Amino acid sequence: MACIEARGLRKAFGTTMALNGLDLRVEEGRILGLIGPNGAGKTTALNAILGLIPYQGELTVLGRDPWAARDQLMLDVSFIADVAVLPRWLRVSQALDYVAGVHPRFDRAKAEGFLAKTAIRRTSKVRELSKGMVAQLHLALVMALDAKLLVLDEPTLGLDILYRKQFYDSLLNDYFDRSRTIVVTTHQVEEIQDVLTDLMFIDRGRIVLDCSMEEFESRYLEVMVHPDHVAAARALGPIHERQVFGRSILLFDHAGRSQLAALGEVRTPSIADLFVALMGNQGGQAQGEAR
Amino acid sequence: MTTPANAQPESPDDSQGITPPAMPAIPATRPMYWSVRRELWENRSIYVAPLVAAAVALFGFLISTLTLPHRMRALSALDPAKQRQAIAVPYSFVAALLIATAFLAGVFYCLDALHGERRDRSILFWKSLPVSDRTTVLSKAIVPLVILPLLIFAVVVATQLIMLLLSTAVLLGNGLSVAPLWDRLPLFRMTLGLLYSLAAIALWHAPIYGWLLLVSGWARRATFLWAVLPLLAISVFERIAFRTWHFAFLLRYRLIGWFTEGFDFKTHGMGAIDPLAHLTPVNFLSSPGLWIGLVFAAAFLAAAVRLRRYREPI
Repeated sequence: MACIEARGLRKAFGTTMALNGLDLRVEEGRILGLIGPNGAGKTTALNAILGLIPYQGELTVLGRDPWAARDQLMLDVSFIADVAVLPRWLRVSQALDYVAGVHPRFDRAKAEGFLAKTAIRRTSKVRELSKGMVAQLHLALVMALDAKLLVLDEPTLGLDILYRKQFYDSLLNDYFDRSRTIVVTTHQVEEIQDVLTDLMFIDRGRIVLDCSMEEFESRYLEVMVHPDHVAAARALGPIHERQVFGRSILLFDHAGRSQLAALGEVRTPSIADLFVALMGNQGGQAQGEAR
Repeated sequence: MTTPANAQPESPDDSQGITPPAMPAIPATRPMYWSVRRELWENRSIYVAPLVAAAVALFGFLISTLTLPHRMRALSALDPAKQRQAIAVPYSFVAALLIATAFLAGVFYCLDALHGERRDRSILFWKSLPVSDRTTVLSKAIVPLVILPLLIFAVVVATQLIMLLLSTAVLLGNGLSVAPLWDRLPLFRMTLGLLYSLAAIALWHAPIYGWLLLVSGWARRATFLWAVLPLLAISVFERIAFRTWHFAFLLRYRLIGWFTEGFDFKTHGMGAIDPLAHLTPVNFLSSPGLWIGLVFAAAFLAAAVRLRRYREPI
């Protein structure tokens, strides 16, 4: 059974279609990156999956209809919306007490263990913590929940690079195992490239790319073309071309590696480069997004 | 996803989505208990305001004890009914002050209860936990309907006891008898009367709190204005259009009806021997105003639950 399955998901805000017939299937045990420009429908899709908004179309999350029973769903799903949702008046000890009180699958000792590795004091209020510490606290709470699906919407927004790195490291080393599923959206694509098992691009309420990372690596190749071979390389039909320090870098979809190797230096493109190649062509609004 | 890697054989884990594995049992009341505690963590004014009011009242009473021996000597000249009244007045006054404090604290609490969590986006955190919208809204309604009355009861009784001990100490210190004070002050019966009043007020005001919670879950800003101005507007509209005040009288009845329905000060005067003689519980429980109000309260709360389900951060 799939962890998340959506068919023809639609959601309109006024006349804007935030989700426009979105189809999506996420198997258990995957780490999916959902990447898209601002306003592409990422957060709307996640909100529908979490039972926070009503929608049209079919959607099952862990065999349940999220809108019908959000509170039941949250026994098996946890999410971090973004770093700023822990209430500022809450004390760290109160946060632990409360989650332990309402969630039957909260392992308090585990959460305390995570917190022990940080500089967060039990008596502090959230308003007294730095942005990075709030993220650590939220992560400690969420990782101590024995949930099947973890949804992260811009979890590292506004954090410095050390905290961001630490965040994904803890997630992989201390939390992820093959039975859990993680869905993450972020603008800092390059930081999660090695973390993901699956990749989806979303644009204007639809999924425009859906592949596993293995597939991504075998399918897309980037060549820094030797100046002598530029014309030959262009003849092979690259999907994108850019100039770096006067050299042409061409991105190919489904091209033979040996064939490309003759033209220059071949490597796997970054997700950001593929994003620019695929989304930038559709109107150029995506460049700023993919960095 | 459409990769070969995903085409795994069905693992035993797959069935867990349908029948969740054995979960440590969690009694249905636990999320409610923790939700109410959460409210008290966030809104310390719920207990700080009554305590401050009680402290102010006690300080005033302390100053009044300077003249207590003089007043007690003058008191013996009055008839017993007047004596009782004169002695009981400060005690009733404290109760009234704290009941008014509780009302104000309850009103402002409700106006913020479902608004604040949207304003600071923490609703996304609360909604990420397995607590239903109904539990959340009910836990917020419980604060003015149950927690505040119980708290006020405890604070009033404690304050009145301190006042009595203070008076006793002052009288003994001045070599006066405490018998008139202890004889004339029916503290236990006053306490029963207080409990009755608090229960009657909570039930009678339930639709007010329900309305405030509904507005706080609905309005994007200025919850107080949204809660009050429409009611004023309807009253004025009615006055201009039909030259009547029915709606305004309805509002006044909702505010003070618990007193007119639940008490009777006409049959027995203010100085009746038994303070419980004023209570008219049968009349109160049989007044349509009470039951209509409770129906409205239930409707407002149901609407607030529904609204919270749809609500996102502001």
